[in-house]
Amino acid sequence: MGLQTEFEVRGDVLIVRMEGELDHHEAEGLRDTWKDWIYLHSIKHIILNLKGVSFMDSSGLGVVLGRYKEIVQLGGEMVLCSVAPSLHRLFDMSGFFKIIRLEENEDRALQGLGVTS
Amino acid sequence: MSFSFSSISENEAFARVAVASFVTQLDPTMEELTEIKTVVSEAVTNAIIHGYGSEPHHKVYIDCVLYDGEIELTIRDEGQGIINVDEAREPLFTSKPEMERSGMGFTIIENFMDTVEVISAPEKGTSVYMKKQLSKSKTVYN
Repeated sequence: MGLQTEFEVRGDVLIVRMEGELDHHEAEGLRDTWKDWIYLHSIKHIILNLKGVSFMDSSGLGVVLGRYKEIVQLGGEMVLCSVAPSLHRLFDMSGFFKIIRLEENEDRALQGLGVTS
Repeated sequence: MSFSFSSISENEAFARVAVASFVTQLDPTMEELTEIKTVVSEAVTNAIIHGYGSEPHHKVYIDCVLYDGEIELTIRDEGQGIINVDEAREPLFTSKPEMERSGMGFTIIENFMDTVEVISAPEKGTSVYMKKQLSKSKTVYN
């Protein structure tokens, strides 16, 4: 099935939309592209929209956690949105929801970061 | 059901779909199917990254037995083995932080399966034996 990723910059917010399955195979390629978007566009915050992600494992968590650490270092925030029910247990178990804010959808996430849509 | 495949990351998706397809005959819930796919993904990824150090020319072996509504799943490699299994099973432990490993693989496996046994010997390889009872098989059909 693979993973499709779409990046969009709104001010200092990077919106990352993903579709498909995020495993070890996909995580390796995604990391470099994602990093480039952060550093080439002076990004401060990240919205990670997982609406189309049907499967994710600990390798996926690793790449998300890696970007979370980077954006916090830059003084920003990462917001998750549109997480499918099948991924909830994974995030819950790993304690992600304690450090990363979860919003219902992308508009809410944008509002939370002060970006008018 | 048994199969083996080369230790390349492209095969992770294949492995979880193959096991999920086989298990479907027990009529698992969507949640159970997700759990089984996740567990396969974790153990196969461990075999490829840690067992074989991401070298592509090795084999990963999967056995799956369905017995009375229970799944017995074994995922095995013949790689470098784990020196300290207890340490490897600790949440957030990873021997490869530079690869952005989350260290959650075994924790996820333990949460999603009923029993997990890890047998490992240096230079011999690692076997992860897992069992899971499916919920539907406990219910009585009319």
